[in-house]
Amino acid sequence: MHADPAGVLTGAHFLDGDHAACEGALAAECRFVAGYPITPSTEVVERIAQRFPLVGGVFIQMEDELASSIAIAGAVWGGKRAMTVTSGPGFSLMMEHVGFAVMTETPCVFINVQRGGPSTGLPTLPAQADMMQARWGSHGDYEIIALSPNSPQECFDLTFKAFNLAEQYRVPVLVMMDECVGHMMERVVIPRAEELEIYPRRWTKAAPGEYLPFAPGEDLVPAMARAGQGYRFHMTGLTHNERGYPDMSVAAQARLVARLTDKIRKNADALQDVVEDGVDGADVVVVCYGITSRVALPAIEACRASGLKVGWLRLRTVWPFPERLIRDLASGLRAFVVPELNMGQIVREVERCAGAARVVGVPHAGGTVHDPAVIERAIREAVR
Amino acid sequence: MAQPTRRVRGVVVIHAERCKGCGLCVEFCPTDVLALSPAFTSKGYHPPEVVRGEACSGCDLCGMYCPDFAIYGYRL
Amino acid sequence: MSERANPVERYLRSDRIPHIWCPGCGIGTTVNCFTRAIDESGIPMDRLAVVSGIGCTGRVAGYMHVDSFHTTHGRAIPFATGLKLAAPGMKVVVYSGDGDLFAIGGNHFIHAARRNLDMTVVCVNNLTYGMTGGQLTPTTPEEAIASTSPYGNFEQPFNLPYLAESCGAVYVARWTTYHVTHLKKAMREALLKKGFSFVEVISPCPTLYGRRNRIGDGLDEVKTYKQRSVIRNGAPTSEVSLGMTGPIVVGKFVDRERPTYQDAMDQFYARKLGDRYARASQ
Repeated sequence: MHADPAGVLTGAHFLDGDHAACEGALAAECRFVAGYPITPSTEVVERIAQRFPLVGGVFIQMEDELASSIAIAGAVWGGKRAMTVTSGPGFSLMMEHVGFAVMTETPCVFINVQRGGPSTGLPTLPAQADMMQARWGSHGDYEIIALSPNSPQECFDLTFKAFNLAEQYRVPVLVMMDECVGHMMERVVIPRAEELEIYPRRWTKAAPGEYLPFAPGEDLVPAMARAGQGYRFHMTGLTHNERGYPDMSVAAQARLVARLTDKIRKNADALQDVVEDGVDGADVVVVCYGITSRVALPAIEACRASGLKVGWLRLRTVWPFPERLIRDLASGLRAFVVPELNMGQIVREVERCAGAARVVGVPHAGGTVHDPAVIERAIREAVR
Repeated sequence: MAQPTRRVRGVVVIHAERCKGCGLCVEFCPTDVLALSPAFTSKGYHPPEVVRGEACSGCDLCGMYCPDFAIYGYRL
Repeated sequence: MSERANPVERYLRSDRIPHIWCPGCGIGTTVNCFTRAIDESGIPMDRLAVVSGIGCTGRVAGYMHVDSFHTTHGRAIPFATGLKLAAPGMKVVVYSGDGDLFAIGGNHFIHAARRNLDMTVVCVNNLTYGMTGGQLTPTTPEEAIASTSPYGNFEQPFNLPYLAESCGAVYVARWTTYHVTHLKKAMREALLKKGFSFVEVISPCPTLYGRRNRIGDGLDEVKTYKQRSVIRNGAPTSEVSLGMTGPIVVGKFVDRERPTYQDAMDQFYARKLGDRYARASQ
């Protein structure tokens, strides 16, 4: 199914990442956004507020992030594609509804334009310190999908992609931008609508009397019903059975949590999305994502110029983490170097999969990007 | 199982196994049709029983009150 | 002649009955009134959605045989906001308790009323948190004993009709579970009212409120409603505060007109944007 041309701003534009993410959502047929102002994400909803009345979308500025993050779930069950957008403290407030969307298998998108923390932290300055919160921030056990763009173009591309993944797996998808990417202006090329493939919602084909709202298909994902179509279904954040009724037994919990995790884990290879450069035959691979993947490039170039074999592995999908890929690489190289704008988050995932290879983190508390010379030094020391 | 107790104007139907014995239906029946039975449900509650069926007007106030959906009335 | 069915039955997920509510709990009584109000309103069941938060009343959604949503604690109203704006043809009813709607969810209530979102909010006000063990809520009367006010409550509670009116609700009524026919009528009127309608139902929690406050069981509590209630339709909502003793003022307090959120949005954008305004499709 092709995208609805009404929402697709085809052409080459000069946009910042926040505005590009807005256009990605529009192209993906997002037609409901609930948001609450917070720097550095606000430009996304400001553009939404301007664009939506022209394309048949509904934007509502809610009273807080708690409200925004569940209003989108209501809109999804009412038939829309929906997202919310936030940063820093707002992302913390939304955590309960990330879990609610996981539990109720509500396809929706959360954009987090990361800023420095904890607490109010650095409202207008970058960080990548919410990566583990993205993975584990809501209570209980679950799997999630999180994407990490490194340019305004990718803010468009990956926001668009996030909606499709949300529909395919019926899971909330987190677009983990950062302040640099959000506020950086670059050329963004938006394709024609017929070049944009939409993953349609998985509406049930069963008749109302026969429909079981949480009975999984072969790929472990159940088909959805829309409110008002006579299905009279029930959904709950409680542990539930295939009918959607609360069932707080050990067996029901085991069955449901296993399915919610397996539908992502068993598709980890399909979900893997990385960009590689010079990884084959490298002695050192720099694992990076978001703005830091760009800052690492001059460091890698400098090391290569002096004869080191350095690979660049950029994660566009951070969660699920590409475990198998890192394990496979680990056997053939000496070290991984992991620069990130936090005190060491994704580096722990790399350590978990690195086997005998050395893992060198390059932490940074945020507020600005790394000095490439620091990353270069880390690479040189990793192979010494 | 529920048994209709048919009388001239109205009928009250009791689904005793749903009853939790709160007594609202007995208290607020405007024509005093009901009393709590000395019998027990399987859960140990005393359900209502019809003691003056001929007086039932079928007003369904018992049905409006009953928090357990265990009784209702209708007009003939 | 064959036996006629209980009129509540077709609105229930009968495979889930008996429900979890205690003997003498008033929530089931409110559900009886609600289902009869739906009947009388003529709203088709397939166009009705019930959204609940968390707590004893939060379980209502799960017992109603309509599209039903059991959301998170305090957030039924914002969920319903998204649902209503995405599916404007639906009649959306939020059915939840006093703790859920007015403590953790209070912010959403005042903003939904301010926006005049086209939805009905039913608050079963049992003056306590039932499911978690009888703690103090924002509606617990002064002096009342709760598990977190063991010496009695010294906080001033909310007067819910006053709050609803001052935030912009277009329909506000209060009844108790004693007043079943009045309550049914109020629910019908609320269902048919365009805009943000609010019905408060004072309801017994014998297990955790009535017993602790020496009111007795559920029946005793409803009898006190009968004794204490004064019907004053149109009463100024500022005068309908609730105490441990004294009158329970019940009635229809507010019934007024104001553009709904959706209508205001459509009219505003049509005026500002003219033909460029693309109304959301259903």
